Amino acid sequence: MSEATNDNLISGATGDWEVVLGLEVHAQVLSEAKLFSGAATEYGAEPNTQVSLVDAAMPGMLPVINWKCVEQAVRTGLGLKAQINNYSVFDRKNYFYPDLPQGYQISQFLQPIVGEGEIIIDLEDGSTKTVGIERLHLEQDAGKSVHDQHPDLSFVDLNRSGVALMEIVSRPDMRSSAEAQAYVKKLRAILRYLGTCDGNMEQGSMRADVNVSVRKQGDPLGTRCEIKNVNSIRFIGQAIEHEARRQIAIIEDGGSIDQETRLFDPKNGETRSMRSKEEAHDYRYFPDPDLLPLTFSQDFVDEIAATLPELPDTKKARFMSDYGLSAYDAGILVAEAESAAYFEEAAKGRDAKTVANMVIGSLFAGLNKAGLNIVDSPVTPENLGALVDLLSDDTISSRIAKDVFEMMFEEGPDQGKSPSAIVEEKGLKQVTDTGAIEAAVDEVLAANPDKVAQAKEKPKMAGWFVGQVMQSTGGKANPQSVNKLVLQKLGIEE
Amino acid sequence: MSASKLTDLSLAEARDGLRQKDFTSEELTQAHISAMEAGRKLNAVILETPEKALDMARASDAKLSNEEGGALEGLPIGVKDLFCTKGVRTTACSKILGDFTPPYESTVTQNLWDAGAVHLGKLNNDEFAMGSSNETSCFGPVNNPWRNKAKETNLVPGGSSGGSSASVAAHIGVAATATDTGGSIRQPAAFTGTVGLKPTYGRCSRWGIVAFASSLDQAGPITRTVRDSAIMLGAMAGHDAKDTTSIDTPVPDYEAALGANLNGKKVGIPKEYRIDGMSDEIEELWQQGIDWLKDAGAEIVDVSLPHTKYALPAYYIIAPAEASSNLARYDGVRYGTRLEGDNLLEMYEKTRGAGFGAEVRRRIMIGTYVLSAGYYDAYYLKALKVRRLISEDFKQAFEKCDVLLTPATPSSAFAIGENLDDPLAMYMNDVFTVTVNLAGLPGISVPAGLDAQGLPLGLQLIGQPFGEEALLGMAEKIEQAAGFDARPDVWWE
Repeated sequence: MSEATNDNLISGATGDWEVVLGLEVHAQVLSEAKLFSGAATEYGAEPNTQVSLVDAAMPGMLPVINWKCVEQAVRTGLGLKAQINNYSVFDRKNYFYPDLPQGYQISQFLQPIVGEGEIIIDLEDGSTKTVGIERLHLEQDAGKSVHDQHPDLSFVDLNRSGVALMEIVSRPDMRSSAEAQAYVKKLRAILRYLGTCDGNMEQGSMRADVNVSVRKQGDPLGTRCEIKNVNSIRFIGQAIEHEARRQIAIIEDGGSIDQETRLFDPKNGETRSMRSKEEAHDYRYFPDPDLLPLTFSQDFVDEIAATLPELPDTKKARFMSDYGLSAYDAGILVAEAESAAYFEEAAKGRDAKTVANMVIGSLFAGLNKAGLNIVDSPVTPENLGALVDLLSDDTISSRIAKDVFEMMFEEGPDQGKSPSAIVEEKGLKQVTDTGAIEAAVDEVLAANPDKVAQAKEKPKMAGWFVGQVMQSTGGKANPQSVNKLVLQKLGIEE
Repeated sequence: MSASKLTDLSLAEARDGLRQKDFTSEELTQAHISAMEAGRKLNAVILETPEKALDMARASDAKLSNEEGGALEGLPIGVKDLFCTKGVRTTACSKILGDFTPPYESTVTQNLWDAGAVHLGKLNNDEFAMGSSNETSCFGPVNNPWRNKAKETNLVPGGSSGGSSASVAAHIGVAATATDTGGSIRQPAAFTGTVGLKPTYGRCSRWGIVAFASSLDQAGPITRTVRDSAIMLGAMAGHDAKDTTSIDTPVPDYEAALGANLNGKKVGIPKEYRIDGMSDEIEELWQQGIDWLKDAGAEIVDVSLPHTKYALPAYYIIAPAEASSNLARYDGVRYGTRLEGDNLLEMYEKTRGAGFGAEVRRRIMIGTYVLSAGYYDAYYLKALKVRRLISEDFKQAFEKCDVLLTPATPSSAFAIGENLDDPLAMYMNDVFTVTVNLAGLPGISVPAGLDAQGLPLGLQLIGQPFGEEALLGMAEKIEQAAGFDARPDVWWE
């Protein structure tokens, strides 16, 4: 990585500072059952209703690997273009906490299931950057401690206890909060494409530990702080910005950074100390003697590889080459597998650029305003496509198209009205009959003789007449035809 | 048949008697319940389940009368308290489990009930199976039915399966389940004149057995005869999808393997087991065993297991390391004993401080230490390397022989309290047995004679992985040659 290209520096009293970021993302594996038990994983169940004897660490209970989770981890590894380890080992990470029934978390320490890989992140300016993946390993989630239900007691909900997580560790390759956010967005997109994690940060199925350090460019890495369990992309940005400035202020005041674990408080946008290095746990990792090493054949990997979907980067490249979209538009469309699918459905056999514009413009704006997901879009891809058809064959003007889109959006898919039915019903067809347009042009010209005189001197005035004609025809006149006739009648050369 | 006659029967004899309808399971069970009640001074049984036993016996009688039933139909047995038994209190003889009553049945005991066995009660053991004398139990020590000639003090029955060995030696149950992590089946069997079989690691499911050291724990039977051992193992063993370390290989008919000819079989004598300070009596017993097997047609070969001397230290690193983690779940949060504290840490400290006995606390501390940052490589990792070398030693030895013959213990049973303040002396009890657990091999202890004090001594046979048939066949030859029919004087009734 070229260090000289970083233009995301933070200026301090003593000059510019570079922030160095690495992320550990915990992604909940999409699976029916937990990593080592048959209990269900569904979100939002009543407390302690999805707990097996194994999850509650009853005496004599033993973990048995859920191969679905192994498959999902391999699938994710393949999606991250990573080394898949056919031999990996589950270790116990020992510590005491009431929501950790076994007194240890089964994780992978020295020999993870997935080794080095990479993610190409897409930045605001349309450029890309490669971020290294150090490893991915499988581990159990802990339960949840509930502190606000009783004045003196804490309660424990073990529904989450034993749910499979993938911990995905990046290299410290990111240099700004925007890059870190882009990394999480891209990782989330890849996981969703793969169907290995729903990426739902609000429900906690994806959360990030952010490692932050600062340095003067070219200096060795500074001491890092780890901000634990940040659960939204916005908070990741805020936490990094605050933490980087906090560290810079300390160093510039002549202090030094203590390696520690910190927490981000979304209420004030600040990070605060959770525990220092001295207070850090000694987890006493050792291979879990209840479990044999995790081994699988290359065939197992190959079978999963054969079912891998087209991933965002490939799809983006295809959208650019096949549909002629810009990198920016293609990037927006492929960010979610559902948007990409919607676009492709709507663009079938049509002018893809117009479809892309309508999806990114009208549709995304409408969905955003209504707080809807694209899979719940009131406008089906078929109808959006049909609307583009009406626009392309000059049945309606682009202005009318906007109105029709809004009507379709309002009515919703249940009404099921095609755009042509709406155009028909409301009489919105573009007037292409030159006779009718000519009459309208003549009328406007006749009513404004002074402006006609001015326009002959100043050809730019022609636009005013076009607007008047469009208004008098209720927007239905074909703007190109109107323009042509106005210029002709005013005697202006095109 | 009189009640005392019924408790005289071996498991095989009782089984045959039931099948021939010489008596009913209810009669047989009632006789053993009476023996159990009469034997309370031994403290071998910590929870008697006579009603359950009689219910099960009557159900067995119904099956037997229809010529139905499993391999153990109607036979009353005791269960080491390490096995979780559904609806029956299971404590691992630790205060920390309180009155814990599992809502589930361990696979091994379920297999036994499925085979028709009758549940007499739960048997005493060292707390969490940590001990070699059954003195660490929160229910107090078990008294060995055997006493020395002077009869001045009560002796330990060995451990950790002391309740199992004592109950079988005292004819309270026809057999008992036990577990062996470093010798906990074989040493108590040797101390009580019974047969103790530790199967190959993975032969019996560990599911539902309170874990001590997961990579070493294995369930097995304690019985009065080798044939009974074969019958019990056949019912206990089997693959279990709920235990990843259990091995999916068919369970042979162990009883049918008995009586095999030893001609051409090679018995290895590992020279490293001739340890410093070994008593003449043990030395002579070993030689006697060699002669018996030679007479039975086996060929004796000298073999070497060069890393044997490192086995005990390695064992006392690996087993506590695993235990320190396995016992972390006893935290007072979900079940068992809880002592309240002003905060979480205090609750943990009070609960675990009061719930665990001294030996368990010692092993948790050792285990925690050897896994800590900075010590892991020097202790735990090195112990794992030793473990591999020990396995390798056995592999090479088995290129020259079929089974190995060694003493089972360095001495006969010792007095209660004798080794209690000397953990290292106590740990020495396992010197001949831990290697077998470290290598995951099957081992059996067979009564071979009495020492000068009139106390039983055992010989150990060590087999190759899943070589239980060969082991049992050879053990039977020792049993026959020894003609061991001594019984302790009944002093406890």
